[in-house]
Amino acid sequence: MADNNQNLWHEFKKGLWQDIPPFRLVLGTCPTLAVTNSVINGIAMGLATLFVLLCSNITVSAVRKIVPGQVRIAAYVVIIAMYVTVADMYLAAEYPPISKALGPYVPLIVVNCIILGRAEAFAQKNPIVPSIMDALGMGIGFTMSLTVMGIIRELFGFGSILDIKLLGSWFEPWIVMILPGGAFLVFGFLVALVNYISRKKAETVCH
Amino acid sequence: MDEKAQEKVSEKPVQEKSIEKLVVSSSPHFLRDENIPKIMHTVVLALLPAMAASVYFFGLRAIGLIVISVAACLMTEYIVQKIREKPVTIWDGSAIITGILLALTLPPSFPYYGAALGSVFAIGIGKQLFGGIGYNIFNPALLGRAFLQATYPVLITTWSEPLSKAAKAGVDAVTAATPLALMKFEGKMTSHLDLFFGNVAGSMGETSAIAILIGGLYLRYRGYINWKMPLGYLGSMAFFGGVFWLINPAKYPDPLFHILAGGAMLGAWFMVTDMVTSPVTPLGQWIFAVGAGFLAILIRLFGGLPEGVMYSILLMNAFVPLLNKHTRPKFFGEDIKA
Repeated sequence: MADNNQNLWHEFKKGLWQDIPPFRLVLGTCPTLAVTNSVINGIAMGLATLFVLLCSNITVSAVRKIVPGQVRIAAYVVIIAMYVTVADMYLAAEYPPISKALGPYVPLIVVNCIILGRAEAFAQKNPIVPSIMDALGMGIGFTMSLTVMGIIRELFGFGSILDIKLLGSWFEPWIVMILPGGAFLVFGFLVALVNYISRKKAETVCH
Repeated sequence: MDEKAQEKVSEKPVQEKSIEKLVVSSSPHFLRDENIPKIMHTVVLALLPAMAASVYFFGLRAIGLIVISVAACLMTEYIVQKIREKPVTIWDGSAIITGILLALTLPPSFPYYGAALGSVFAIGIGKQLFGGIGYNIFNPALLGRAFLQATYPVLITTWSEPLSKAAKAGVDAVTAATPLALMKFEGKMTSHLDLFFGNVAGSMGETSAIAILIGGLYLRYRGYINWKMPLGYLGSMAFFGGVFWLINPAKYPDPLFHILAGGAMLGAWFMVTDMVTSPVTPLGQWIFAVGAGFLAILIRLFGGLPEGVMYSILLMNAFVPLLNKHTRPKFFGEDIKA
């Protein structure tokens, strides 16, 4: 039983650092780059993806034995699309400004490769409980990544975080940070940072 | 420099003096004692007229911007090289040139911290991140300016009149549109004479064509730049600009205006000719320079911006590896369909 728990914990934990989707797997980069010009957008996008990922992982895992192998991708896409529609409509109804800011990127969660990737690589081979842990880990890791991107870009691009002014009037906002160019710059530096830290970790383990 | 050295090699082997002086050695046969610091310091010397013109037209603030940019470039180079545990080569002059070139492309009223930020980007990301001197894909100074253009879009397009014109109006500084913006947005032309001497609004080191020309010709005389580059770039701008001028002289400016206005001169003599970020083959150099000139005209006449020299050169920088690969001259007898 303890062994089982440890496995579940491992499934959860791997999405937070070891396989953190945008920075280590370089998956789901489109929303990572496109919607992170403010913290709130990043969080909203991350949570929407987490919701879809969780639901689709559960469903795919539940039906894994009855879906024929030849049509599985099509089946997964239909399942994912259903939950994306739910998330999209929910956002539009409850948080219209955020829904507007995220624009087409909520419907585009359908083709987010993290979700299809987890369905294909994990949920279709594992029972429901590990699939839940996997989805939670990956989803939270993804949300964290988007939030960090959003913090850096909003801080430099507007001088604020979550619309709270942090940098005074002396700070001339770096417009580039809220443009696509800034997204690529911040993304590149974060990937480099994550690689650097893991390499340092690996070195200390070896010695 | 390489090409020059090779030319000398191919001319020299016939020994003109006594046979005792025959030296047998293996390649490379460098006959000139050139090295990076020597070349770079000559380029700094060649930039002196342009710097002097910027101070003459825009006052002491120009010196401040140049000093800040150079200092920030040197410090960034030092810090990054320390972090990367590489030998510190800040006195080879290349960072100094990047700082000067970046400062010369800024408006005279640009804030000091902005110049410092652009320099940090130019050296830190534009140069050292790619591996330092010789490895950078894009011209660092232009990359720094492109970053500033995206970062401070308003500040970098706030131009002021030269001091002499401001004094005539009885004030310290007057904001004004550059000749290119006047041409593009208001259809007004600036006299060629003003453009030639530099008594117009604009980036502080770019306005005076004559000052840049003196420096450029000196570099050409020393053999540090290839004549194909400035000729190809300015010629292509004049040609394509001239085509549109002939189509509609009322709407489009004449070719001479194109090569005198904006950053064309500085770009042609000091940026297109950058040894690191330009092709090494003769055909590649022609394609590079002519293509950049064509892009600059396209951006000037049909793009959203009044000036296209910066982006034209950066865009062509991206093609340099491709040009080098596909324009390599063939050896005699090589590749007759294997």
